[in-house]
Amino acid sequence: MAKAFKFELVSPERLLLSEEVVEVVISGTEGEMTVMADHAPTMTSIKPGIITAVRPGGEREQFVVFGGFADITPEGCRLLAESATRVADLDRNDLLRRIEAVRAEIEGARDHETRSRAEEFLGQLTTLEGTLLPA
Amino acid sequence: MASLKDLRNRIASVKATQKITKAMQMVAAAKLRRAQEAAEAARPYAERMSVVLANVAGSIAGTDAPPLMAGTGKDEVHLLVVCTAERGLCGSFNSQIARLAREHVRGLLAGGKKVKILCVGKKGYDILRRDFSELIIDRVDLREVKQLGFSNADAIAKKVIGLFEEGQFDVCTLFYSRFQSVISQVPTAQQIIPASVPEAEAESGGAVYEYEPDAASILADLIPRNITVQIFRALLENAAGEMGAKMTAMDNATRNAGEMIDKLTITYNRQRQAQITKELIEIISGAEAL
Repeated sequence: MAKAFKFELVSPERLLLSEEVVEVVISGTEGEMTVMADHAPTMTSIKPGIITAVRPGGEREQFVVFGGFADITPEGCRLLAESATRVADLDRNDLLRRIEAVRAEIEGARDHETRSRAEEFLGQLTTLEGTLLPA
Repeated sequence: MASLKDLRNRIASVKATQKITKAMQMVAAAKLRRAQEAAEAARPYAERMSVVLANVAGSIAGTDAPPLMAGTGKDEVHLLVVCTAERGLCGSFNSQIARLAREHVRGLLAGGKKVKILCVGKKGYDILRRDFSELIIDRVDLREVKQLGFSNADAIAKKVIGLFEEGQFDVCTLFYSRFQSVISQVPTAQQIIPASVPEAEAESGGAVYEYEPDAASILADLIPRNITVQIFRALLENAAGEMGAKMTAMDNATRNAGEMIDKLTITYNRQRQAQITKELIEIISGAEAL
């Protein structure tokens, strides 16, 4: 049995999860990564995607996050999400609204940098939509 | 001297007012509970954010810190973000925040600095407009918002950061009311740009972090978010404080209305008695004359 560690998922509005888990899959900006106990201290930013936490009993819990940070230490993992919901509670319209908002942002972008950043975000969001909500 | 009918009407109207204030007090109490819950739910994020920020900032040399943290190196133009409530009837809640902001503005102007004001909330705008209408550059209206969300704070933060990037100001200070308890809210000024970074604790055992991507870009991403978090916290504390102040104010109003009803009732009864006595005297003296 893998060693358990403390995992906390916090969004600005509330604390979503704070319990012992054995494994967490995080969608980092540099690629997906799995965090287990005694991980080297790492700080990574997160792109919109799915976070999977595995409890000691093997039970899985999945969350959708829209960007944020993970602070990983050997003792635990803290995930500061910009906005997070359980996959089961995700509202399709909410996701579509976000995509629309980013599209509008691209239209109104003043300089190249903000535009490319928004486009990247849009790409990540649409990928997420594709994986979550098969048409 | 008011007639009996006038007094009766007066008592009825004060009673109606008392019912309204009583209802408002109860609504405020219910909303206060919700606002307090929201403020408490937001606390873990803010706490962890400051720990993370301290860790990252500690690992970056002061020289290549992003401008939002280091400032522009000048202290010329100040932006004041004044957060107040959208509605009145909450005692001195709004005027206290506005007074603190006004004193701050006067101090800065006396020191030869330039001042710009961003009003969040209608009441603060109404008060500050009287004195500094030419300094107010923008106002944010949250009247339509039922439940304060992070996105509301995000919109304000984006506006502030946008202005900063255009070089519109050097220092940004946030004004809001800290929620101490239901009966006490403390107007507070807090500098958010350049950001003051909390001292790093030796929590991670001084271990060297790995950063993905690099520390500088994480910090560049973290700091705007931290500003949003601080604004969000200010909005939530304000919301709770407003409801607390409203509850107290409405409680006072209900009590005052009660006192007024008592006083009016006494006057009413005395007058009624006087009238009865007068009528009796008239009858008796009429009977004696016969």
